[in-house]
Amino acid sequence: MLGIEDPWVVLAYVLCIISALLCLVWGAIKWNVDDTVDEPEDEIRHWAEEEDRVEEEL
Amino acid sequence: MSIWMIIIVVAYLCVIAYLGFRGFKSTKSATDYMLGGRKVHPYVMAMSYGATFISTSAIVGFGGAAGVFGMGLLWLTFMNIFIGIFIAFWVFGGRTRRMGLRLDAHTFPELLGRRFQSRFIQGAAAVIIFMFIPLYASAVLTGAVKYISSQLSIDYNVALLLFSVIIAIYVIAGGIKGVMYTDALQGTIMLFGMLALLILTYIKMGGVSAAHQSLTDMASMVPAKLQAGGHQGWTSMPKFGSPLSWTLVSTIIMGVGIGVLAQPQLAVRYMTVKSGKELNRAIPIGGIFIMMMTGVAFIVGSLSNVHFQQTLGKVSIVAAKGDVEAIIPMYLQSAMPEWFSILFMLTLISAAMSTLSSQFHVMGTSLGRDLVEESMHKKKGGSGMLATRLGVLGGILISVYLSYIMELKFGKTGTAIVARGTAIFFGLCACAFLPMYVGALWNRGITKVGAIAGMLSGALSSMFWIFFVEQKASTALLLCNKLFGTRSLGISMVDGKEVFAASGPIVWAYVDPLIVGLPIAIIVTVSVSLFTKKMANEHLDICMGTK
Repeated sequence: MLGIEDPWVVLAYVLCIISALLCLVWGAIKWNVDDTVDEPEDEIRHWAEEEDRVEEEL
Repeated sequence: MSIWMIIIVVAYLCVIAYLGFRGFKSTKSATDYMLGGRKVHPYVMAMSYGATFISTSAIVGFGGAAGVFGMGLLWLTFMNIFIGIFIAFWVFGGRTRRMGLRLDAHTFPELLGRRFQSRFIQGAAAVIIFMFIPLYASAVLTGAVKYISSQLSIDYNVALLLFSVIIAIYVIAGGIKGVMYTDALQGTIMLFGMLALLILTYIKMGGVSAAHQSLTDMASMVPAKLQAGGHQGWTSMPKFGSPLSWTLVSTIIMGVGIGVLAQPQLAVRYMTVKSGKELNRAIPIGGIFIMMMTGVAFIVGSLSNVHFQQTLGKVSIVAAKGDVEAIIPMYLQSAMPEWFSILFMLTLISAAMSTLSSQFHVMGTSLGRDLVEESMHKKKGGSGMLATRLGVLGGILISVYLSYIMELKFGKTGTAIVARGTAIFFGLCACAFLPMYVGALWNRGITKVGAIAGMLSGALSSMFWIFFVEQKASTALLLCNKLFGTRSLGISMVDGKEVFAASGPIVWAYVDPLIVGLPIAIIVTVSVSLFTKKMANEHLDICMGTK
């Protein structure tokens, strides 16, 4: 197949293309899907500052 | 050097300077300098990740290796796309980004340090990075400068100085924004360069199947020495259990394929985007980019055998007089049209610059932010950028010095050590950081002591394997020979002949440090965590976002 005799090498060649296609399809399907379940930014900043302050004091 | 070449190189450098300047103008805070304000465009992020990942040696060095090993190397491309992009962005990227934001982490060591509430982890990770990345940077720098000095007919040391100064300016001034904007441009150039190389090669050899068939038909021409090592032709995998198969499977595929997950300069990029949406959009860009980089390099490297057989009656490695790194440049010179050499020169310069700029940046953040500011409590207010900028400068000076001195002072030994730089850094990072990183993202049971023990055991065991067992590295590093009178502890001399220690099909001297160091680090991390003090639930809730 494809001028290559060893099936393991053919598999590698085909898997490269399939995995790149998988990336393409994934991107198309999930284009607008967000994972954001993050806390509001102010809260995070406040917490991080608090943490820094406590560490400084220690 | 033609006038066109000069014009194009100058124009290229002007655009790079402009992008570096844009990065500088929009950098106002430490978060801007280290994470691009956490608002980087997905195209820029994906291209920057890919271009950082792929250096000149990935194209010239590994492409040349494909000229010797053949198309079996395409397994590495598959690993690069599937693990290095898909799994990395989808599985690791989202969690890293969210945890980085929750902990206000600016660097990879800072993320690990804050997750395990340990300044030691942050400091030690920074030391490991800062000690070993100059060797990796020096490997990339030396390769690029050699290529530039030969293409533009200028002295090696002059090219080294000019090239380093240009990168230094835009990394020090523009921070990660300067680095990522230029990376995106360089990545785009690389994409076009490699696409053109693939198309021209297949056209020249009569199409995809015809080209592969010609290579398959050359199996009988494999040099005797390679045949003895297990080589069965350039479109076949090496014989199972043979030394060549171990080198191929263990070093190249496992070492570089899995090693990518715990690379600090790559992992930090997940934290530069605004949301998970950007990571999803980056996946197709990164996947196609990597396929066009290593995939094309491996296919063209292998097919160079057909070209040299048709023109010189020799296989590539014989035509290149045994110099693996010379195969791709020789092929380009003799098989490609002249206009292509200019495009490809820009491709290779871009590949080197994009990798180097990120290496220098991560050196700076490790030294400035992680070690001096955070780990050694030297925070002095202000934006926190000065220490990092000085760190970048220090890292550049060390790398340039290594590139200058290694070959000058140690000759071939120096070159051999530098050539191992990439593999050593990838393996070391995977062993030291991967178990702790996975634990940090997914497991509430990994303790601070467990993480520290795992990091140290992974780093030490892989260092032991690098210095004393894996024959390519241990031969280059000379320490084993000095202490034990053999170039590897896996090789003994019997009647003046080298005998390789083996257990069944495993030939120890060919086994990659990662294969040994990673399981040790995993076992130590998990088992120590079972018997040491658990982390507070409140902290874990904040880290994992389960509050």
